Amino acid sequence: MGEVIVITSGKGGVGKTTTTANVGTGLAQLNKKVVLIDTDIGLRNLDVVMGLENRIVYNLVDVVEGNCKVKQALIKDKKHPELFLLPSAQTRDKTSVAPEQMKKLTDELKEEFDYVLLDCPAGIEQGFMNAIAGADRALVVTTPEVSAIRDADRIIGLLEANEIKQSQLVVNRVRMDMVSRGDMMSVDDVCEILAIPLIGAVPDDENIVISTNQGEPLVGSDCLAGQAYSNICRRILGEEVPFLDLSESKGVFGKLKGLFHK
Amino acid sequence: MALADLFKKKSSGNVAKDRLKFVLVSDRANCSPDTMKLLRDDIIKVISKYMEIDPEGLDIQITETESENRNGRVPALYANIPIRDMRHSSR
Repeated sequence: MGEVIVITSGKGGVGKTTTTANVGTGLAQLNKKVVLIDTDIGLRNLDVVMGLENRIVYNLVDVVEGNCKVKQALIKDKKHPELFLLPSAQTRDKTSVAPEQMKKLTDELKEEFDYVLLDCPAGIEQGFMNAIAGADRALVVTTPEVSAIRDADRIIGLLEANEIKQSQLVVNRVRMDMVSRGDMMSVDDVCEILAIPLIGAVPDDENIVISTNQGEPLVGSDCLAGQAYSNICRRILGEEVPFLDLSESKGVFGKLKGLFHK
Repeated sequence: MALADLFKKKSSGNVAKDRLKFVLVSDRANCSPDTMKLLRDDIIKVISKYMEIDPEGLDIQITETESENRNGRVPALYANIPIRDMRHSSR
């Protein structure tokens, strides 16, 4: 029996979809059978980040309403034969699906898949309630900014209230140059404030933008963000992986050093 | 750099951390400024029955305290109530 993981944040634009795409792809690279569900009804995005936007026939609402079988709606990834996407509906709204229906769907999918990842919409309304309905555990994504952290704190409270036992933190878009100047909260600061276990910190890396442009998640690639996501995936499987030193090759000194090392 | 920092104002990262800690405590306690005002007035009323206090100097806030039986910190109501005269209390 597989596990259902919801990727959530409260605030929009902190990297839920990017995290879902990369963690899902990374778990598939580790030979797990994975399905990603975009639960943001009306604002479909995970398909473009995965580069699968041209293959959509059926969507989440079609499945829930019984217009098609689950299997018919699942889109196979371009590279990984054991990775699938269930896209969201673009022309409907959040009320098209109820929490009980989502739970039934995820219960069914985890019979067959090792991991069911749910990309949660921003906010704490029905879309959020739908996304967490069937979740066994949660990844809470935040950035080292006051607004994102405050919203993450609210989300952590709601996850607890809804009896999701295990919530782990992803600190995204960390800029070590700013942290070392004292102009950004460090990963430790964020963990201290939110008081849930850290599962990974991801640096602010321009390769993320490039990979999103191309519709190919960068997990597993050579860059720091790619490694950070791989490590998160291994930690999800229960492996103990030391945390990356994100200060690598940042700033003029680091860049120069990097030049000479390569 | 470190020496210069001593004379400069607090770094913005630390400002952010301190502000967040403060705002999250009241977020978590789910206690609005209005509620705090009502609570404050009631505390003054009750304590004044027993002793003369200085309502201007009264300071109440929701903070955090280390918990012994649960891991980590829990919210706590902190009140500092200056007493002017104990004479009521002897009765």
